[in-house]
Amino acid sequence: MSILHDFEYYKPADIKSAVELLDKFGNKAKILAGGTDLVVQMKENIVTPDAVIDIKAIDKLNEISLDDETLFIGACVTFTELMESEIIQKYFPLIKDMSATVASMGIRNRATLVGNICSAVPSADSAPILLVYDAEVVIKSKSGERIIPIEQWFAGPKKTVRKDNELVTGVAIHLIKENHAGCYEKLGRYSGEDLAQAGICVLVFEDQIYHVAFCAVGPVPKRAEITEKFLNGKEITPEVIKQAKKLLLEEISPISDIRSSKEYRIHMMDVMFDRGMKKALNKLRGGTHV
Amino acid sequence: MSEIKILLNNEERIVEVQPYETLLEVLREKLGVISPKCGCDRGDCGACNVLLNGRSVRSCLILAVEVDGQEIITVEGISKDGLSKVQESMIDNNSFQCGFCAPGVIISATELLNNNPHPTREDIKEALSGNLCRCTGYLPILEAVENATKE
Ligand code: FES
Ligand code: FES
Repeated sequence: MSILHDFEYYKPADIKSAVELLDKFGNKAKILAGGTDLVVQMKENIVTPDAVIDIKAIDKLNEISLDDETLFIGACVTFTELMESEIIQKYFPLIKDMSATVASMGIRNRATLVGNICSAVPSADSAPILLVYDAEVVIKSKSGERIIPIEQWFAGPKKTVRKDNELVTGVAIHLIKENHAGCYEKLGRYSGEDLAQAGICVLVFEDQIYHVAFCAVGPVPKRAEITEKFLNGKEITPEVIKQAKKLLLEEISPISDIRSSKEYRIHMMDVMFDRGMKKALNKLRGGTHV
Repeated sequence: MSEIKILLNNEERIVEVQPYETLLEVLREKLGVISPKCGCDRGDCGACNVLLNGRSVRSCLILAVEVDGQEIITVEGISKDGLSKVQESMIDNNSFQCGFCAPGVIISATELLNNNPHPTREDIKEALSGNLCRCTGYLPILEAVENATKE
């Protein structure tokens, strides 16, 4: 299938020109990074932009950097680049583990983490990790910069709070000093091409603070706030896990779709929460940094 | 229409493209490079894989205008001076039946072996997991890649 409509292609060399184009075209523009979602949507006539703005020539957006204890992942950074980055391997191995579960090599070589959260499908693999790390979405427009906590980013299935004239330049994560460990558990049918049927990420801290986030079992990826509140300050015992699971299952609202049934998703969240907590606690006790 | 210049299989090529044309369409229809195949046309099957700056990518999901100034290698380029080791091994192992998936598989295997000359069976499976084959059941393909690293 070919793309059946014409559009103007722009490849701005800096952020300023990119946001000027966005300002001019508004909702008639689409931003192109990896293209693994956008090109499919254009072929299927789901989107028919007048202007496609390719942001890959903007140097800053291709960066993974660590400044002032803050990690910045530019909007054009691919999952493969994340997996190979020394900064990621050293400080955020969980991002590496998650990236390795995304689709297949040929897609990871092109698809970007920021594109993943901008497409904002409920199953976005990147979301639970960014949620447990309290990441921030960095946005530029003609009127300046806006920082949005990831918790407030997702507005519904395939919807975000980004405005039409705004460019997401990247995501920022503050380095965590306290000793902690984490785990991302993903349920897929087979490795290779699959979207998550359910995903959960947990981060455990030495002082008995717990971060839990999920994807694909509700309209938007989310932190499990009630579950976290219950867990915080508690030593993890089989009884605590049992009670926490009950709360967690109330916080999710999975649906049945072509990839799995609601019942199966609920069952697997139960199992994966258990697994994720055990793995993360083991890592924490083993003293490894995440 | 805009003009793009690419290094295709080590040759400089200049071609006029429309913004809506995919790299796969331009390679096959305008540049006469027909090893990349159109299987699913939506990123799922890997039949259209090419190496872009050394990395395997889906040419059906890339606009031709995006790759202006960049380097592309297809199976035509890989076997310019004779078959590569992994291609020979695929013949020895009867890896394919209809062969439609073969160019994409060769691209993925070539990328893998360039980055990791001694992959484990798991590494090979992971690298080829994005290439669908409807004929073989994959075993003769995996074996061919494994054998190519042994000799
Ligand atoms: S044709 Fe491109 S992935 Fe199937
Ligand atoms: S040999 Fe026919 S699709 Fe692989």
